[in-house]
Amino acid sequence: MQMDNLEEARRQAEICNACRYCEGYCAVFPALQLHRSFSEGTITQLANLCHNCRGCYYACQYTAPHEFNINIPQVMAEARQKSWESFAWPGGIARIFQKRGSLIALATIIGFAVIFYVIRALKPSGGEGFYAVISHATMTGIFLPAFLYPLFSMGISLRRYWRKVGGEEITWDHFRRALISAGKLKNLSGGHGDGCNFEEEDRFSNQRRYAHQAVLYGFLLCFAATCSGAVMYYFLNMPGPYPIFSIPKLLGIPGGLLILVGCSKLIQLKLKADPELGSARVWSGEMGFVGLLLFIALSGLLLFVLGGTAALPLLLDLHLGAVLAFFLLTPYTKMAHGFYRMAALIRDAQMKTES
Amino acid sequence: MNKHYDLAVIGGGNAALCAAITAAELGAKVIILETAPKPYRGGNSRHTRDIRCMHRGPLGPLEGDYSEDEYYEDLLKVTGGKTNEQLARLVIRSSESALPWMQKHGAHFQPPLSGTLSLTRTNAFFLGGGKSLVNAYYRTADKLGVDVLYRAHVKHLQLKGNLITRVDYVYEGQQYQIEPSSVVVASGGFEANLEWLEKVWGPAAENFLIRGTPYNRGVVLEDLLEQGVQSVGDPTQCHAVAIDGRAPKFDGGIVTRLDCVPFSIVVNKEAQRFYDEGEDIWPKRYAIWGRLVAQQPDQVAFAIIDSKSLKMFMPSAFPPTEANTLEELAEKTGLPSEKLIDTIATFNSACSSSEAFHPTELDGVTTTGLTPEKTNWARPINEPPFYCYSLRTGVTFTYLALKIDENAQCSTATGLVKNLWAAGETMAGSILSQGYLAGLGMMIGTVFGRIAGREAANYANG
Ligand SMILES: Cc1cc2nc3c(=O)[nH]c(=O)nc-3n(C[C@H](O)[C@H](O)[C@H](O)COP(=O)(O)OP(=O)(O)OC[C@H]3O[C@@H](n4cnc5c(N)ncnc54)[C@H](O)[C@@H]3O)c2cc1C
Ligand code: SF4
Ligand code: SF4
Repeated sequence: MQMDNLEEARRQAEICNACRYCEGYCAVFPALQLHRSFSEGTITQLANLCHNCRGCYYACQYTAPHEFNINIPQVMAEARQKSWESFAWPGGIARIFQKRGSLIALATIIGFAVIFYVIRALKPSGGEGFYAVISHATMTGIFLPAFLYPLFSMGISLRRYWRKVGGEEITWDHFRRALISAGKLKNLSGGHGDGCNFEEEDRFSNQRRYAHQAVLYGFLLCFAATCSGAVMYYFLNMPGPYPIFSIPKLLGIPGGLLILVGCSKLIQLKLKADPELGSARVWSGEMGFVGLLLFIALSGLLLFVLGGTAALPLLLDLHLGAVLAFFLLTPYTKMAHGFYRMAALIRDAQMKTES
Repeated sequence: MNKHYDLAVIGGGNAALCAAITAAELGAKVIILETAPKPYRGGNSRHTRDIRCMHRGPLGPLEGDYSEDEYYEDLLKVTGGKTNEQLARLVIRSSESALPWMQKHGAHFQPPLSGTLSLTRTNAFFLGGGKSLVNAYYRTADKLGVDVLYRAHVKHLQLKGNLITRVDYVYEGQQYQIEPSSVVVASGGFEANLEWLEKVWGPAAENFLIRGTPYNRGVVLEDLLEQGVQSVGDPTQCHAVAIDGRAPKFDGGIVTRLDCVPFSIVVNKEAQRFYDEGEDIWPKRYAIWGRLVAQQPDQVAFAIIDSKSLKMFMPSAFPPTEANTLEELAEKTGLPSEKLIDTIATFNSACSSSEAFHPTELDGVTTTGLTPEKTNWARPINEPPFYCYSLRTGVTFTYLALKIDENAQCSTATGLVKNLWAAGETMAGSILSQGYLAGLGMMIGTVFGRIAGREAANYANG
């Protein structure tokens, strides 16, 4: 973490600790109040608990032009980004991707190129539907490592996070509580259920919470669809393509639709929100990431609709290329926040049981 | 501005908004003239945190019950009996229905028992504090079609006979006039008017810090008093507390509060003690220290503690001065070293056993043979590091106010002013003539804001 931002976060946290007006908004303030001084680890933990909902900003009597110049969502966003950059493995990559949406696009294109190349080099000998374009073995050959690599990388990052925030042994109870909180996105409810102030100054709205939830659950559905496909392929001897009334489709189509709707809404909200209350540095990177996710959902759904047409090979290349880029970039883009958020929530549950 | 308004509300804090919302709901066309720019709208109300409510049985975030009589007793205690019973009881009785009204108009309260707050029986805490309350009211007012003009500085209300005929204000350097049917004054006290404070307090006032908005300068109050509108309250009274000496001149708000006094010794710039720091539980005695510090040379004082007390009170926004020896502490704070060491040594030797020490109640751990005594929490200051907070007088509000009746209506010597009402700090002096009861300021504004809005709208509607 850069020293000046850390110092600034400390200064603001001390003022909040003397004030405490915002304690009902989210998990950040009750966690903050357990301290009198703020180590880098504490600031990192607080920053990863913060959802950038901006409730505390609009409630604060000390925002600029007041000389105290409090802007908790911004200073926390900055601290969060810095912490992710420092935890990312291998180092350095994260900084590049968080800053530039264009690089995400570039990586995606490179993803396409790889796929194209592989497909040309290894023409499948037979198969139906998708597998006439790219064989199952090739697909697995590319995607299994692409799936395992980010898990491996995130594992290292999370270990680093855990050390920094002084995490302890995780019990089932800690995990369960974190899971419930994440599942409901409780901290985006504003403490009163009316939601957050992300869109339009001090107006409360649940739109961001619902959009985010759509993406989260859509993603989980798509993920489950892929897993069920794998199970059917390997264990039930049922190779795809699958009919519409099959588990992969029944999970995947609503999942894709949820991601599509959720991402569009998130992009729209992000365009409306005041950039001064977030980390302006990474705005384009975050946008690029949401755009990529949206593209994956869209191309996946189009595959379903246009799967029987001549557009199939091109669509498949585009879709698989984007998925590949998405997986490989996970540890270095906004996608990582989900992992850190879970870790932060688990740590928060631990702190609560301690105090 | 060509539009005709039924009601002009002067000010943009809690009382003003309650009046504007109520009047707009009764069909009146309302304009709020607020002198502050938008980020500072809401006056002192944006610095508040809670409101006091009577209730029979649990109500909203409030637990148990809090009767009219108990509330009134509490008020008598802080004001030493100096209150207008009729108006005070009106506020107290109306407070019960005020809370659901607030919720209906966008106020959010903190759920009971969250965090550090233990006043869940008498006081309801705004979720996010007073600024979020004010924001919610502005949203509600906007939906009701209330116009708001920020940076509109009202200079003069023209009183002709028993009628306000004109409102003069300055906006972006230009003079404007409007002629609304009714006027509600809700522009706070004069606590930010340093010249006025100096008239009352003498040169000492120059060193006072103003805890709230710089915009409450009593301009409209003075203007109306000059035209013979009747007043109540003692102009020499103001509510002042001892706050962190490093607080900004204006608008430091709640975070400049210091709760360390009961665990400290407080000395003036000559390193001399001047009052019993252990007189009563903080924050009951919070208010008296403002005056005590105001009477010291240069209006400053220094609270000194040692390491064993550092974590016994709410954290402060600014870190204390820290030193490993008393000499070093004297050097860092500019206090005379020998005298400081002597004062502390004398204090320490007057302390006896502190076995009964209990930070949250009057523990009777006292000094013996010391002047002034420290009658509770008297523990020697002997465990380095030593810490020092500087204290200054922080003015919260003033008590001189417009005199009103139970309809919030103002009057002159010849009777009621037909179309002039007052709400909030501008008229609170009838009820609070000295002392302060936490959460009452906002309730006075809410109750009389609603009354004033209702009366003003009814008058305008004919
Ligand atoms: C730090 C602090 C903490 C407090 N905490 C609490 C608390 O927790 N609970 C509680 O009940 N009370 C509290 N109080 C007291 C409380 O703030 C007041 O009782 C209450 O805000 C009064 O409301 P009001 O609407 O009358 O005035 P204000 O909220 O002060 O509003 C006055 C408005 O008038 C405007 N104005 C002034 N002059 C002009 C003019 N000439 N033309 C146009 N507009 C003008 C100002 O800009 C301002 O918006 C606190 C006070 C302070 C300073
Ligand atoms: S953000 Fe502002 S209002 Fe909220 S706790 Fe911090 S200082 Fe207080
Ligand atoms: S921005 Fe929202 S989540 Fe972050 S600290 Fe403020 S209230 Fe909490």
